[in-house]
Amino acid sequence: MKEAELKDLQAVSLKVREHIIKMSGSGGCFIGASLSCADIIVYLYKKILNITPFNLKHESRDYMFLSKGHDVPALYAVLAELGFIEKNRLKNHLKTNDNIYWHPNTNIPGIEFHSGSLGHLISVAMGVAYDCVLKNSSNKIVVVLGDGELNEGSVWEAVQISSAMKLDNLTAVVDRNQFQANVRTEHLIPLEPLERKFEAFGWNVFSCDGNDFESLEESFLQIKSSRGRPSVLIADTIRGKGLPSIESRADRWFCNFSEKEIEGLLNELHTKEKTNLISETLMVR
Amino acid sequence: MTYENLLLEIIETDDRFIVMTAENRAAIRNLPAQTGKRFIDVGIAEQTLIGMAAGLALRGRIPIVHALASFLTMRSFEFIRTDVGIPALPVKLIGGVPGFLSDGNGPTHQAIEDISLMRGIPNVNIFCPSDEEDLLIGLTSVLMSPKPFYIRYNNLKSSVQHSKHFEIGKAEIISQGSDITILTYGMMLNESLKAKKILEKLGYSIGLVNLRTLKPVDSKSIIKALKSSSLTVTIEDHFLTGGLFSIVSEILAKEKIMANVLPIALPDRWFKPALLDDVLEYEKFNGEHLALKIIDVLQQERKFITHFY
Repeated sequence: MKEAELKDLQAVSLKVREHIIKMSGSGGCFIGASLSCADIIVYLYKKILNITPFNLKHESRDYMFLSKGHDVPALYAVLAELGFIEKNRLKNHLKTNDNIYWHPNTNIPGIEFHSGSLGHLISVAMGVAYDCVLKNSSNKIVVVLGDGELNEGSVWEAVQISSAMKLDNLTAVVDRNQFQANVRTEHLIPLEPLERKFEAFGWNVFSCDGNDFESLEESFLQIKSSRGRPSVLIADTIRGKGLPSIESRADRWFCNFSEKEIEGLLNELHTKEKTNLISETLMVR
Repeated sequence: MTYENLLLEIIETDDRFIVMTAENRAAIRNLPAQTGKRFIDVGIAEQTLIGMAAGLALRGRIPIVHALASFLTMRSFEFIRTDVGIPALPVKLIGGVPGFLSDGNGPTHQAIEDISLMRGIPNVNIFCPSDEEDLLIGLTSVLMSPKPFYIRYNNLKSSVQHSKHFEIGKAEIISQGSDITILTYGMMLNESLKAKKILEKLGYSIGLVNLRTLKPVDSKSIIKALKSSSLTVTIEDHFLTGGLFSIVSEILAKEKIMANVLPIALPDRWFKPALLDDVLEYEKFNGEHLALKIIDVLQQERKFITHFY
């Protein structure tokens, strides 16, 4: 990857993280998961997907389904940075005059399908992928899953069936941030060996550092040349990535920070100086 | 003409249609060979069946989805609500062996809360044909409707000459009557017809309404029945809660109508599994038992007795 390109991606993802931090006050958001997948979403929209504000109704566009819907602040922020929505709309987070709330919805240009209930969008993505195969159309269909979401049986139904259907235009990206809502995945329902599980179900399996653009690029180049089966990219990420004071902390899942804390976190994003956080994690889902 | 024949005809003339199933091919056995890739069998996976149908509908397809009514409406309920109901996608849900038609299968297979569940989902409409002929009369309109639909599949032989005029939200008036009007849907129409004949022999004037679509429901015909007959009877192979009796009760309350209504529905329990005729006899849902239940109520009503005898 060229230096300039890398710099550009990093600059966008820094902006995206700023937006996410700002959405974690005045009601809050699922900040940890949003920060873990931020680089994945940036990379997908900047480098992989043929989705622009101008082709949202075109049959030939690519599709991105955010199945782990609670990390939607990352998507709202990417859509704002890339011109799908006005940046100042992000200030409407949780306001009744807009539709920027805790889970994705199709009122926001660029969001193909609503989510929030886990384990749904891989099968919806399969339907789109199947139609594209029927029409001999070369759209890419990407679905982003959470690692905790893999607890849902419906995910494995769909993994099994899309393999049987050889849907090689379908790529799943697992945001492997090691956490579900309140605990580490491996402490609750261990997912490992995750790669071998997908392999056994007949998928092409790749893994990468999901917070590193060069690593993402390397995997997507391999996925591009994979044929005959669906592909999964297990993207190792850090929940809360970019903010050392909340990184990989089980108690920083859904946060509603004060203005002062948000000010501190914005500073922390750039300086890595830890913020004194006193707000407690709220238990909502 | 069978359901399968008509389906094939519709599919062949309109490539938006995709036939899907969660490995339940009873009604569509010959379609795989004839529809190629527009036939999708996801295996025994009702949730994926619905999610995938939603994805296909997003791309402009109209998926016609087949599974047993109980698994279709209950195993994948949240997928129907969330992926089909919320975005109002034109997915057509064909529920096999609903109500008494699951005969000997037992409670796992008894879809007798399906109407209640499906009508609780915004945007989802419901079609309950009384027999195969009635199904075929309504099928094209229902499939072409831009709405999601739940279809209580029924391929029984018809015992009445159906009106060929079908409109979503319009009941079929089999007969008008001043004493009693029977409101029914689905396979109970045949038994209701038998009951009607018995009651007519006793001198009563019997109205019989085949509701066809329960959502949207033909409120006008229901209100007319409530106002013009001395007794309105709702007959359904569904729990008392949430089905036709509930629909009628809602109308009564909303319209501030006082009327005599006899609900004949399944009480708060599953029915005795057996062959269909034996189920109807055991559960007292065949024509004779229905007539007896109605006569019973009439005899309790002094007014009726003095009026008719």
